[in-house]
Amino acid sequence: MLPSMQEIADRGYAVPEALVSTQWVAEHKDDDDVVLVESNEDPLLYASGHIPGAVEVDWTRDLNDPLTRDYLREEGFSQLMSRIGATRDSTVVFYGDKNNWWACYAAWVFHLFGHQNCRIMDGGRLKWQKEGRAMTRDAAQTRPTNYEAPKRDDKEFRAFRDQVLAHVTEKGKLIDVRSPEEFTGERLHMEAYPNEGALRGGHIPGAKNVPWSKAIHPEDGTFLNAQGLRELYESKAGLSQADDVVVYCRIGERSSHTWFVLRYLLGYPRVRNYDGSWTEWGNLVGAPIER
Amino acid sequence: MLKETLEDLEMLDRQERIDYLISLAQEFQNDHVPRTPETRVPGCESEVYMTAGPKIAVDNPQGVSAMALAVILKDANTDELRELSDDVVFRIFGRELSMGKSLGLTGMVRIAREFAE
Repeated sequence: MLPSMQEIADRGYAVPEALVSTQWVAEHKDDDDVVLVESNEDPLLYASGHIPGAVEVDWTRDLNDPLTRDYLREEGFSQLMSRIGATRDSTVVFYGDKNNWWACYAAWVFHLFGHQNCRIMDGGRLKWQKEGRAMTRDAAQTRPTNYEAPKRDDKEFRAFRDQVLAHVTEKGKLIDVRSPEEFTGERLHMEAYPNEGALRGGHIPGAKNVPWSKAIHPEDGTFLNAQGLRELYESKAGLSQADDVVVYCRIGERSSHTWFVLRYLLGYPRVRNYDGSWTEWGNLVGAPIER
Repeated sequence: MLKETLEDLEMLDRQERIDYLISLAQEFQNDHVPRTPETRVPGCESEVYMTAGPKIAVDNPQGVSAMALAVILKDANTDELRELSDDVVFRIFGRELSMGKSLGLTGMVRIAREFAE
């Protein structure tokens, strides 16, 4: 095992193979069964330079339905995967900016189509660049495949509004990954942006606040070890592996990062991302709110 | 001049626009702005600081898009800045911006507009 992968294995994660090191990516990115995907918040970042051989999956353009607030369906996912050269057996390795925030969001959408053979490159773009590794502006050379996606199945990984309402009634566990000011309702919306927040501030009743960024080391974007994560989510937020957990933020993007942490690094078998999140709940007539 | 930049962008296809914006971003030179709550760009999860008086100064823009926008705003005259609409972010970058990214970039536009008013 690579020393860098041994270091990840030594962190005590439930599924350590869900994370790969930058060194592993450097050595395996050209393997036939590996597809390297960059997914960012900044739409110019990939074009400005990316890991050689990486393809871009843009969350807005490639994964979202252009009309309805929803994700693409199986036909679109099949086309996407065929375009990036993936097969049903491919190991898809994600990385990106913002400490892999959007990489985790893309990986979560892939899970909705049953493609769970996904990895996250620990540290993302930040770590790769800080290590002085090669970047290129050359387009990746991919060989189109004939990927046939199954029907999208949201049940295991995605929570919808009515499910969250029932979850609240049953006193289920929720993690709100937004900033403390958003969680308390002190910040109803971004300052001077009255039309871009929700009509109400606060959080879903019963939710505990664990901002997503607490799960990483800010200096290089790598994830905390298992002990550190358990301290965050179990000692402080009261979660356990037996819980059915719903995570949310504003539109589900930050909470995907936490979904990855709970599911793969701490091994929680029941974690769902509520992507309607506060832009839905905070505008929903009659929805219960706590402050 | 902002008007010319927007006209140029409208003539480009998607890849050409991306290449053009990246080339603008490469021209960016960081300013040193006092880092206070008042100078922090609202709507931006990253710590970007900006002042707009006596001239536009941008410190620590995160990502290529913010650098490109900083160069565009610095090149605009006072009248153009005064007439800026929030929608200019989408005119420059297209409609593919995530909500979070558009909020941060729009925050920069609003500071520039307030300076000119």
